[in-house]
Amino acid sequence: MLHTVNKSPFERNSLESCLRLSAAGSAILLFEDAVVGAVQGTKIADAVSAALSDREIYVLGPDLAARGFDQSKLIDGIQVVDYGGFVDLSVDKGTVQAWV
Amino acid sequence: MSDIKKFMYVNRKAPYGTVYALESLEVVLIGAAFDQDVSLAFVDDGVYQIMEGQDTTGIGMKNFSATYRALGDYEITKLYVEKESLEARGLSVEDLMELTWEDEDEDYEEKPSIILVSSAELAEVMAGQDVVLSF
Repeated sequence: MLHTVNKSPFERNSLESCLRLSAAGSAILLFEDAVVGAVQGTKIADAVSAALSDREIYVLGPDLAARGFDQSKLIDGIQVVDYGGFVDLSVDKGTVQAWV
Repeated sequence: MSDIKKFMYVNRKAPYGTVYALESLEVVLIGAAFDQDVSLAFVDDGVYQIMEGQDTTGIGMKNFSATYRALGDYEITKLYVEKESLEARGLSVEDLMELTWEDEDEDYEEKPSIILVSSAELAEVMAGQDVVLSF
């Protein structure tokens, strides 16, 4: 299963709920305003790091770059994908749950 | 029908402030015509959608909460409510509408539609779906 999140974790609880309700083995993709959730040193970073123990977390590179974040600022273990990678995840991971 | 898929509608917004809750309910009722395995999840502010005692006379909007009581007649009998979302809002299942369905295989016995689940339990149910629609 693929969970997608596109809202900032500092404005909405979408990422928090996604972390709470995604099963082990599922994948999470952060895009649009949610990419800030992939960055080190935020108040949600520990929760994101913890989820990496049993889930894969991806972030959409173009959205990260658009907001001025360098990939070196990402939480360890988060993988960067491009638009093609987004499509691949949608196909490979089966059901998609969008935390809009 | 041979190709029945598991559909889950995830509701995360309170009613009346935005149109999401009403739109979700309308899509659920439309989708009920397609004989699929349908369930609803109420998470975050979505739990406010099924509060007992809603009265919208003062805000000039239609009170659509009674429609949730009709879901059983459309064979929608699984309404998952996340316990953690209730607790975070100071609510318990007693604050929610008593939603039931009639089991025609057991002499139309009334059975509860609301299934109270933990985050972990709901995560597993969600992971087992073929299609998830978010509102």
